[in-house]
Amino acid sequence: MTTRDWKNLVLGAVLLGIAALLPLTGDAYAIALGVNIAMYGVLATSWALFSGPTHYISLATAAFFGVGTYVTASGIDVLPYWALPPLAGIIGGILAGIVGLATLRLSGVYFVIFTLGLAEMIRQIVTWRQNATGHKGSYVLTDLTENHIYWQLLGVAALVYLAGWAIGRSRLGFALRIIGDDEQVASHLGINTAVSKVALFIVPGAVAAIVGAMIAPRYIYIEPSTAFTPMLSFQVVIMAMLGGTGRLWGPIVGVIPFTLLWEVISVSFPNQTTLLLGLCFLLIVYLLPNGFVGLFQKIHARALSKEAYQ
Amino acid sequence: MKRRTALKAAVAASAIVWAGAAFAADPIIVGAVAPKTGGLAGGSVVTHWPNIQLWAGEVNARGGLNVGGEMRLVEVIEYDDQTNPAETIKAITRLATQDNADIILAPYSTGLNIAAAPIMDKLGFPQITSTAATDQVGELSKQFPNMYFLLGSSSALANGAVNVMAEMRDKGEIGSRIAMVNVADAFGIELAAVAKPSFEAAGFEIVYETSYPLGTQDLSPIMKAAKAAEPDAFVAWSYPPDTFGLTEQAMIEDLNVKVFYTAVATAFPAYSAVFGPAAEGVMGIGGVNNGSADFLDYAARHEAATGQKPDYWASGMMYASLQILEQSIEASGTLDMAVINQYIKDHSFETVMGTIDFDENNNNASYWTVGQWQGGEFRGIASTGRDGAVAPVLKNGWK
Amino acid sequence: MDIIITGLLLGGTYALIATGLNLQYGVARIMNLANGEMLVVGGFTAFALYTGAGISPVLTLFIVAPIAYALNWAIYRVMLRPLVKRAKSRGMLEQESILTTFGLSFTMVGLMLWIFGGSYFKYSFLARPFVLFGDNYGLNRIVAFLCAVIICGVLYLWLNHSRAGMAIRAVAVSPESARLVGIDVPKLSAHAFAIGGAVTAMGGAVISTFLTLDASTGVIFTMKALIIVIMGGVGDIRGTIIAALILGVGETLVASLINPGLTLAAAYGMFILILLFRPQGLFGRKPT
Repeated sequence: MTTRDWKNLVLGAVLLGIAALLPLTGDAYAIALGVNIAMYGVLATSWALFSGPTHYISLATAAFFGVGTYVTASGIDVLPYWALPPLAGIIGGILAGIVGLATLRLSGVYFVIFTLGLAEMIRQIVTWRQNATGHKGSYVLTDLTENHIYWQLLGVAALVYLAGWAIGRSRLGFALRIIGDDEQVASHLGINTAVSKVALFIVPGAVAAIVGAMIAPRYIYIEPSTAFTPMLSFQVVIMAMLGGTGRLWGPIVGVIPFTLLWEVISVSFPNQTTLLLGLCFLLIVYLLPNGFVGLFQKIHARALSKEAYQ
Repeated sequence: MKRRTALKAAVAASAIVWAGAAFAADPIIVGAVAPKTGGLAGGSVVTHWPNIQLWAGEVNARGGLNVGGEMRLVEVIEYDDQTNPAETIKAITRLATQDNADIILAPYSTGLNIAAAPIMDKLGFPQITSTAATDQVGELSKQFPNMYFLLGSSSALANGAVNVMAEMRDKGEIGSRIAMVNVADAFGIELAAVAKPSFEAAGFEIVYETSYPLGTQDLSPIMKAAKAAEPDAFVAWSYPPDTFGLTEQAMIEDLNVKVFYTAVATAFPAYSAVFGPAAEGVMGIGGVNNGSADFLDYAARHEAATGQKPDYWASGMMYASLQILEQSIEASGTLDMAVINQYIKDHSFETVMGTIDFDENNNNASYWTVGQWQGGEFRGIASTGRDGAVAPVLKNGWK
Repeated sequence: MDIIITGLLLGGTYALIATGLNLQYGVARIMNLANGEMLVVGGFTAFALYTGAGISPVLTLFIVAPIAYALNWAIYRVMLRPLVKRAKSRGMLEQESILTTFGLSFTMVGLMLWIFGGSYFKYSFLARPFVLFGDNYGLNRIVAFLCAVIICGVLYLWLNHSRAGMAIRAVAVSPESARLVGIDVPKLSAHAFAIGGAVTAMGGAVISTFLTLDASTGVIFTMKALIIVIMGGVGDIRGTIIAALILGVGETLVASLINPGLTLAAAYGMFILILLFRPQGLFGRKPT
């Protein structure tokens, strides 16, 4: 561990600590926004852990999220709540492992559409099961407040950042970066590409399921259409890309402005929300092709070259 | 933005007219959250939003609400929750803390209302739901004492249909073979689960039964199979797109049944606009008293103010929920929500849907359960204690 | 027998939904997530003209096609061409086109909400039985199927037997080599994207005769179209048509013989199986 590593760790811990103070303000609206930011932040960061180095765009977030939600919805009457998010994580991780084994040899757009189809298929099967058993929408009635959910999500965020930091320094992270650059080179170097990819695909799968399990008490009434909404997968991808997937801190830098922008637009223009969101989104794509990370690096590089000339 | 500006303009215009009364008082901020986009937008733009527009326009045209002797205009702030419960919760929080709303209206649909219940409860606003049909009324009102239910329980809605058919069979008008399908979504599943044992208990034979996913693009295999089972009555616990789709398939297959029942959207004016004379005799969920002068007057005002007709089920209930709020505020002379809640529990209200009185579970015990297209109007044929029901007629072909 | 015919009729609908996307993705290399919205625009136009002026949706096709062509051509030139220019690799273009067209789909939904409102759009057109081998079928579905046959047939003949069509196929196979033999790739890509959009909008006009649409339904069609295009193989009209028919018949078989509740699950299941065993699609070439 270098001094720089220690500095980053301490800085991260301090930032998270500050974020954890938000509920103390007692501002319900800020906390509701905070929960959204924390939720998307965790999802986008864990998504980028896998998709950043491998360049595989996964739209399976909604599938794992929905599975997690249903773990809470169906387990809340049987098990104590604290057991459910870890259980969801295990189930999500196993599911991601199976899916990864079966599909990660697909490349490019095939993988994208496959993951999208996966979420839909799981949703259809859950719906059909519910119907076959005459089971209705499920109620998750708990005493958890927004504050509790917020703190839980921050806890997961800390774990995700630690995991990302550890992976980045491990052999696995190194292997994945090579795979992302050139898969053939990687396999020539003796890297078992399939195992590395599957291993990393489990992370966003498990995390999304945990987040789903934690958000369920907030939704209260769980239906397949809300638990498995495909919009979630797209939003996560977009926020992560807006931030930039090349750095661990990239996605959160995308999540915060995007959530706030979304909020401003839906507040000021309730009848044109969709239209304006679309337009803003297009602007972002054209003006920030590599996300905020790219912008930052550009400015940084410019500053460096200026220094060099002086 | 458009609507809000329009309302502000209306506020300004009526402020000039009623300068004497409304000059000094601040407007009452009314918060409204419901889908404008997403899966349920198609229903909420028929049932939910036009009523808010109508009501706010009418209140302001007559100078506002009388709050303790002071006439105050209403200003509506609208948010689109995109049919996403997380957005509903966030928008309600925002209305309460940032916009300082004096009243927040109940959102749209069963799922979104239940998702909003804890936050509404915490904020203390009465949540008078007009588009939530659930069997959990008892549990919900116990947990959230300020949540009220106008539309009835899903059991009663399903059993209403069963009873109508049982009576028709006892009179010898129809046989006892039933084909029943449902959309595989919370609402359809819940109603089908209630209806199946009820049909069997009433001595019906379910000769065909299935479910289909929301968004099914081809319903013809279902209608073919249903027809092959030779039912006397066809019942579908359906959502708007499939209500239209099933009816069209029934016309194509020339499904020969004496009773044809579809659920949500059968009571939409668009239903008879699309199917014309073929809609005659179709039964559906909901209903109104078409003989009631109050309702007819309301329907005319609705059309004049919004350019579209109300539906014949929840529209009137939505407007009634606004009337209940209005009457409670004016009668108690305050915007203190604790007082308003007590007033709602203690009193009965005259609305366009008739007298409404909440029971100990905050439930409106009398509501329409089944209606039928008769002579180009959707008329209530069964209710849990409303006046004005007409006798059901047999479905006679699709011409 | 009636299961097969019902399935084929549904498959015809699916072919209409997916053929346009295949042209856009296979030739112009644009993974168009706003495809479904273009379809709904076509459907709304047919609705507005039928209920407003009594114009038959079949005639509407001839109005919709040129307008959609021009609109999509403009979209390609203004919005997508810059992306193609700045993309360093096909993968990068894919990523960027996903993001851009996702934004575009939002914009289009927003515009439709603004213009048409959010309610359901449905009208009754030829909702009469048509008897074929002793079974009833919706006349509007038969008409839709015929439209699908004509549109896809003309497109197929044109792609295989005209100079412009050959050039377009050459671009689909390899833009680099096409450029070497003197084909104006940017122009043809714009052309292919615009034709794809026109086919999709025509499909929407046809589909609106028997489906209930609203401003937000586009995404359902986009997903179906993506699945069919990938199943059939990118850049191959034949593959798309056959995949569409397989999906139609498969869904109907499941609905009729197993359980209608599982139709969509079956569709995705079929798709996943095909991807696992033939990742390049039924008719696709192995990626090099």
